[in-house]
Amino acid sequence: MAKPTQTPATVASPDPVPPRRRRMKDLRKQPGFDTIAWICLFLLYAPIAVLIIFSFNDNRSVVKWTEFSLRWYKAAFENEGIRKATLISLQVAAVSTIFATIFATMAALATTRVRAFKGQTLAYAVINQPLMVPEIVTAVSTLAFFGIIKQATGINGIGFLMLAHTVFCIPFAYMPIRARLEDMNLSLEQAAADLYATPIQVFRKVTLPLMAPGIVAGGMLAFVVSLDDVIITLLVAGPGETTLPVYILGQIRRGITPEINAVSTVLLGLSVVLVSIFFLIGNNKRT
Amino acid sequence: MATQSATAQPNAHHQMAATTHEVMIHAEGVTKTFGQGSSQITALDNVTVDIRKNEFFTLLGPSGCGKTTLLRLIAGFDLPDAGQILLDGQEIGHLPPYKRPVNTVFQSYALFPHMSVARNIGFGLEMQGRPKSEIKNATEEMLALVQMEHLAGRRTDQLSGGQQQRVALARALAPRPKVLLLDEPLSALDLKLRKEMQIELKRLQGETGITFVFVTHDQEEALTMSDRIAVMQAGRILQVGGPKEIYNNPARRFVADFIGDINILDGELDAKGERVILPGGVSIGALLPEGAARTGHVSVAIRPENMNLTAADAPEAALTGRVTNIVYFGAGHNVHVALEGGGEVLVRRAQTDAQIGAHVGLSVPDAVQVLVD
Amino acid sequence: MADLTSSSAGERLAEARRQTNAAARRRRWQLLSPAIIIIAAFGIFPLTITLIYSFLSPGTYGGVRWEFSTNAYVQFLFDRDIFDDTLQFSATYLSIFGRSIGLAFGATVGALLIGFPTAYFIASKPANQRNLWLFLITLPFWVNLLIRTYAILLIIRDEGIVNISLMWTGLIDQPIGMLYTDYAIFAGLIYSYLPFMVLPLYASLEKLDFRLVEAAYDLYASRFQVLRHVIVPMAKPGIVAGCILVFIPALGAYITPELLGGGKELMIGNLIALQFGGSRNWPFGSAAALILLVVVMVSLIVYVRYSGKEGSNHG
Repeated sequence: MAKPTQTPATVASPDPVPPRRRRMKDLRKQPGFDTIAWICLFLLYAPIAVLIIFSFNDNRSVVKWTEFSLRWYKAAFENEGIRKATLISLQVAAVSTIFATIFATMAALATTRVRAFKGQTLAYAVINQPLMVPEIVTAVSTLAFFGIIKQATGINGIGFLMLAHTVFCIPFAYMPIRARLEDMNLSLEQAAADLYATPIQVFRKVTLPLMAPGIVAGGMLAFVVSLDDVIITLLVAGPGETTLPVYILGQIRRGITPEINAVSTVLLGLSVVLVSIFFLIGNNKRT
Repeated sequence: MATQSATAQPNAHHQMAATTHEVMIHAEGVTKTFGQGSSQITALDNVTVDIRKNEFFTLLGPSGCGKTTLLRLIAGFDLPDAGQILLDGQEIGHLPPYKRPVNTVFQSYALFPHMSVARNIGFGLEMQGRPKSEIKNATEEMLALVQMEHLAGRRTDQLSGGQQQRVALARALAPRPKVLLLDEPLSALDLKLRKEMQIELKRLQGETGITFVFVTHDQEEALTMSDRIAVMQAGRILQVGGPKEIYNNPARRFVADFIGDINILDGELDAKGERVILPGGVSIGALLPEGAARTGHVSVAIRPENMNLTAADAPEAALTGRVTNIVYFGAGHNVHVALEGGGEVLVRRAQTDAQIGAHVGLSVPDAVQVLVD
Repeated sequence: MADLTSSSAGERLAEARRQTNAAARRRRWQLLSPAIIIIAAFGIFPLTITLIYSFLSPGTYGGVRWEFSTNAYVQFLFDRDIFDDTLQFSATYLSIFGRSIGLAFGATVGALLIGFPTAYFIASKPANQRNLWLFLITLPFWVNLLIRTYAILLIIRDEGIVNISLMWTGLIDQPIGMLYTDYAIFAGLIYSYLPFMVLPLYASLEKLDFRLVEAAYDLYASRFQVLRHVIVPMAKPGIVAGCILVFIPALGAYITPELLGGGKELMIGNLIALQFGGSRNWPFGSAAALILLVVVMVSLIVYVRYSGKEGSNHG
């Protein structure tokens, strides 16, 4: 009975300091900051939560809750326009993600873990250019430029939209790949070379497998960014190239229906899943 | 004469070394600089050295002395600016790392985190395109050699520091390189494990018969493990020799200072350059290294344990002074003595009955080492 | 014999070094060229087209006529009288720019006031919880901007949940017209770009050595004094970066004013888009886009100068 290491006794012993006063003593805290942070979090999620909840509402109203139903999802699924727009969104995102990720990987290999070289700053500036120019400016100048090309060559098609997406996806894919590479110690590649691996073998057996999580993360980021783009697509896309966000924008302009909520929820869910995986990869890397 | 001079004729020198011992690595006039313009640093300055077959050779020096640079040039991670490196008579200085039959144990181990222990060890043979059965056998043999059989399937990031160290060793030894290069491999281990690994490394070197080139800044480690040591400073090799020679007969002031505690005294060489006269007027034998002054004012070095305390008027007392401090350090005592003519010396004795403030005499060896600055 | 060997060895070495350097350089530009070329050709070069277009005349059905004209820029400040062709100063477009800058600036300040406590709150959490908090704050950012704006529209419109709730509680008997006002745009901009504020602020505050705060308390500073004299100065690089990151996209916002301002309350983004759409005045749209670009670039340069100076002060 008289075990000396009985912990419950210490836990149960009356606390001489009331909990309120103890919290006041935490010097890290600033008054009101916690409240603002929680309000901030609430404000960030509340509108999205309302949107999601009412996508499951049986009623046409997006305000009064009547009954749980998937009817708007069914309606959205059966909507030809939504289906076509989704397909185009996925096509554009897939193609531009593949190219942007490949180009970003190559650029990251050339710019990380190397001694400073001539033109390095310029190379960084060019790669990050799409992040620095406001989207609307990129959108109109791309529209003007593509207009000239289309007129001069007579070529049309969705390839232009994919090209525009590839351009602004490159810096997003580049960031995580570069971060990953910079975390990789050059001595691993040197060890491989020391153990008779030729440069190609070093790349295939060591560099590529080790940077793979960064490439996957970069690819997912590019995919989400492409999938979410509205402004550039809105201006650059030709007839019949309506992506899902552009379609949604058109619908919102015409009036609010729960169907939009349903489609939005699906698009939102896809982004959240991809970004969550991205986050998990990033966290694993650190451990 | 084991001490080497950087100015010796390369050809004659090479042949001379080859007649006594077989040379594994011959570096000749190797120079390497980093950076450009005003920020240029000379990491290696016209270094010439022979490393013999089947020896445990250590490059010892403070950080930035060029020891790791020399190792990296032998491994092929960098190319020298000038000079040549011969491996077993073959010129290798210009070859990329994967064409050199040398392997490296990295300071950070550099184990591939995406491969198992066994695949790490077999990597070199795999890259050489050896048959699977051979890779398997060699891997098992290496696992046994470093006593890691039970962890063959583990991921390398699940291993302790000591285990990672063993895997790194096994991986570098598996392709049976002509030379194994070790870049401060023990620096990340705690003291007890480091002592164990020192003995382990020495055993592995004996068992495999491979030439080991070991880089360290730890003089005790170097003395414990090496057949021969090259002491480096500021991109140059100052002295090459066995541990005892380096310890007892340091040729340069830097070598004397860097390794252990040492007393450096002023002296005057006699006309013949055979004896040196100490400040108290006592004359003793002079050991002259190559390049030392043959006459005049010199510095001499005496290890604290090679001096003894005597009565102030004893006949063997070459110097006299007053005891200023006695520090006990476990294995013995350090007795600090302020010399009569100025300066202080350290005397190390297992037992002492000296008292602080006492007037004492100091005996010195029959012959003392003269230093080159 | 020896001399011969060593000289050819020297040549081989020089050759090897030359080849290694040349190969490294070649490989570097081979790897860089696809990204560089595609961005230069389709991201940067089109900006020069915009520059050229801004000095041309508008085509009847959109596009441009190849006739030099400075009308696009003149139009910014003046109205051309239809009858006698005289120029009269007009503040219409200038006021749209002013409004945009004002709204973007207000949103930046608002985001800072909410973002700073939030970032500080995250930074003061135990290390293993911080990433989760950061994830929660940034997750909405990855939800399509359009959908987030639509979500706001849903709750603040007259039949939205906010008005319904307020009416249900009896606080109001008529819906408050929140949608299609500057306040709606303002709130929407904060909501859209808040994560851009929190991230750099957090990056600065996370590095804050808390012993400095303790030292300040030890030297009799009050909580507010600690905030003002220790925490805020240390977080300054993050504050500047966060403000830039919110201000720039807020200034060029298109969707937020489009949906929440209802098209009546214009910002520069909408003005530009409108010229390439219904108004069919591409030169004027190009000129407006360039002016926006210049404002953004100036802010970026000021930021780079500032952060560069800060960096050298620390170094």
